[in-house]
Amino acid sequence: MARTFGEVLLNVDNISLSFGGVQALKDVSFSVREGQVLAIIGPNGAGKSSMLNVINGFYHPQHGTITYQGQTRSRMKPHQAARQGIARTFQNIALFRGMSTLDNIMTGRNTKMHVNLLWQALHVGPARKEELEHREVVERIIDFLEIEHIRKTPVGRLPYGLQKRVELGRALAAEPTLLLLDEPMAGMNVEEKEDMSRFILDVNDEFGTTIVLIEHDMGVVMDISDHVVVLNYGRKLADGSPEEVRSNQDVIGAYLGVADG
Amino acid sequence: MANGALDTFPKLLIENAKVRGARPAIREKDYGIWQTWTWSQAEREIRALACGLKTIGFERGDHLAIIGENRPQLYWAMVATQMAGGIPVPMYQDAVAEEMQYILEHADASVALVEDQEQVDKLLEIKDRCPKLQQIIYKDPRGLDDYDLPYLHSLDDILAKGRAYDSAHVGFVDTAITEGKGSDLAIMLYTSGTTGKPKGVMLSFDNLIISARNGALDDKLSENEEVLAYLPMAWVGDNLFSLCQSYVVGFCVNCPESSETVLTDLREIGPTYFFAPPRIFENILTTVMIRMEDAAPFKRKMFHYFMDLAKRVGIRILDKKPVNFSDRLLYGLGNILVYGPLKNILGFSRVRLAYTAGEAIGPDIFDFYRSLGMNIKQLYGSTEASVLITAQPDGEVKADTVGKPYTGVEIRIEDSGEVMFKSPGVFVGYYKSEEATAETKTSDGWVHTGDAGFFDPDGHLKIIDRAKDVGKLTDGSMFAPKYIENKLKFFPYIKEAVAFGSDRDHVSIFVNIDLEAVGNWAERRNIAYSGYTDLAGQVAVYDLIQGCVEKVNTDLAADEHLSGSQIRRYLILHKELDADDGELTRTRKVRRGFINEKYGDLIEALYSDMTQITVEADVTFEDGRSGTIKADVVIRDAAIGQMKVAI
Repeated sequence: MARTFGEVLLNVDNISLSFGGVQALKDVSFSVREGQVLAIIGPNGAGKSSMLNVINGFYHPQHGTITYQGQTRSRMKPHQAARQGIARTFQNIALFRGMSTLDNIMTGRNTKMHVNLLWQALHVGPARKEELEHREVVERIIDFLEIEHIRKTPVGRLPYGLQKRVELGRALAAEPTLLLLDEPMAGMNVEEKEDMSRFILDVNDEFGTTIVLIEHDMGVVMDISDHVVVLNYGRKLADGSPEEVRSNQDVIGAYLGVADG
Repeated sequence: MANGALDTFPKLLIENAKVRGARPAIREKDYGIWQTWTWSQAEREIRALACGLKTIGFERGDHLAIIGENRPQLYWAMVATQMAGGIPVPMYQDAVAEEMQYILEHADASVALVEDQEQVDKLLEIKDRCPKLQQIIYKDPRGLDDYDLPYLHSLDDILAKGRAYDSAHVGFVDTAITEGKGSDLAIMLYTSGTTGKPKGVMLSFDNLIISARNGALDDKLSENEEVLAYLPMAWVGDNLFSLCQSYVVGFCVNCPESSETVLTDLREIGPTYFFAPPRIFENILTTVMIRMEDAAPFKRKMFHYFMDLAKRVGIRILDKKPVNFSDRLLYGLGNILVYGPLKNILGFSRVRLAYTAGEAIGPDIFDFYRSLGMNIKQLYGSTEASVLITAQPDGEVKADTVGKPYTGVEIRIEDSGEVMFKSPGVFVGYYKSEEATAETKTSDGWVHTGDAGFFDPDGHLKIIDRAKDVGKLTDGSMFAPKYIENKLKFFPYIKEAVAFGSDRDHVSIFVNIDLEAVGNWAERRNIAYSGYTDLAGQVAVYDLIQGCVEKVNTDLAADEHLSGSQIRRYLILHKELDADDGELTRTRKVRRGFINEKYGDLIEALYSDMTQITVEADVTFEDGRSGTIKADVVIRDAAIGQMKVAI
């Protein structure tokens, strides 16, 4: 894939993170360019989810810096990250199970709502107008993800693959610049995986969203990502195009094991 | 119009825009909202598209393929093509690329207008093999940004070019419209063709407009109707109901959001004039029944109480026949508590007229809707007739006939039993196939339907089978296997039936029980069974099926044409007929020839005086392994009904 990308959007520089005696990340550095689809791969416990949590401000690394859109960030909370255009989905689906698809995606617009709670509760004047605007954005996402038929269905009743799609919808509702996807295809069958891959590529294509994703299925990773970062025991093992990573001896070793000698 | 006659759809469009310009012409649910276009807005879009087609070299007489779900833009494309003097060819959007290639080639389509990337990809795959296809236009640009091909255009671009062309060439469109006349070809529809290659049925404006008008008069349609356009655009019925009649009468057509949301959209629109094949009515009824089983006990009781009442008096009330006062009062209460809310949930509150056609509908399903007060009727039609041949007039609805001929339609029954018709809707011919045309249409305009049928004493046409399958017993009485099989299959306990009788002295049948329904029935009676073969052989199950068979015999006895073909002997097959074993086609139609060969000894046993036969059969299991089943199959005699003599 000969694709060209913009400026560096996110720079991760020498990040180290530990919980007590456990070293989750050690001296990890990489950068994400605008418009890229970057995959983080690695065995279980390699620090992949921790890395996402550092990027969206949920964990605070002991060492190193994160530079996002040219600004080096100090301690930051997740909601500030959300304001800056970073949205994410979770490894275990984290939706409001009793609420409809539409309402769940609507919650993704939260950071964009300006009218205060009282007005919203009364649903008059500016609150009404604002809700209509947000609803329009949400409807475009519903159309985009082809989930019109479950618009009014409580998400708890939906099959797993569709719930994942709703979660992606909620993340998109924030109109993110950077989208973090934590195992978007875990537990899916082949067809659902193909659909999800298609949607991820479409999001990237249509909205120019930069995407960082964690995925175990190597086939998917090789197919959809422009750049791959490999973590192993908290350290970066390799960093490059899918082809480069695939032929990297260290990576093969970490995944398949090598004979000593 | 200058020449006065509204004999083409473009002329009707101009007239509608003039007479009811501000009324809704078409709606589509998009982004969660019903978007509406009035007749004058629709006229502007269609005009722009007709000119846009001109700018990419589409000329009078050219053919344009249309592929996609029901969308306003695709309906407009049909009329825009006609406006430009071309012929639209709508195609089934779920066809695979190879099937599309055949039709595109055969229909000589030079331009294709398609819905989205999915269809564009299919066309690009076969484009090399379709040399006549010059240009492709797509409606939905999503995912198509990177396709940098000179012959691929977005609909928006074409419309913009068309508007520019229209203002630069004043009079172009008006001249093009005036040049069109009623005898011109309006459309080509490819029949799906269960046998052989699909054939392109050519219909003229006169065919469609006169048929649509006659139908609208017979059914008293007005501009206030609401119609949901959800059946394939390539099917003649959708063309007649969602386009022709809308243009003739001026009512509004509604396009659903997607094929998966049809039931929700149905409820939101509340159509007044509705068409569905029996399968859809059946699915809706099943959903209702399943949901009622999960309802609270009080609601369930109330539902069943009032449905029993409806079954008793509902149809009589609908047909305006006398019903005693207390029942009428109770029915009114039921309407408030059950029928009204139920129809509302299903989207049938406003249905004034509903049609079903295509295949026989089960009497229980038919009666369910009629007892709720829904005026559902059966219709008989074909592509070659511009749909309308017969339908049931109000108040004369019977579950087992297809009604009386429409205005302008003549019907005659051949000696062979085949139904022939002649009508203003009779097709011009099959495209590029004079031979097939001559086989189907006589020189004086009568068309072979291929169906066998007869008129009942009330003058209603009754279709019994495909003419080629109808045979005779040795005593000369008519034998229509599918008619008998369908009657049996309407019982929930019978999944499949195969009738024998051609050139035999009586009719016998094979029955396949419905494992789920009979299994459930057996469980409730504490009858233990280990699987299909075991259950099928149980005496109690034979008794159950005996009841069904004898009921069919009673029905057949009441019919003077068919009383001779009552079922004398039957057996319940030891295995389910299965497409994997070659006994059924993939669409679950019985393959008679194959069954005659495979079960020859069982058939002979039916025509002997044996009461039991031991069989061994090879079967293919679900997991692909094969094995043999050995079983004793019992053969029973059935009682014959007596023909009732009218007093």
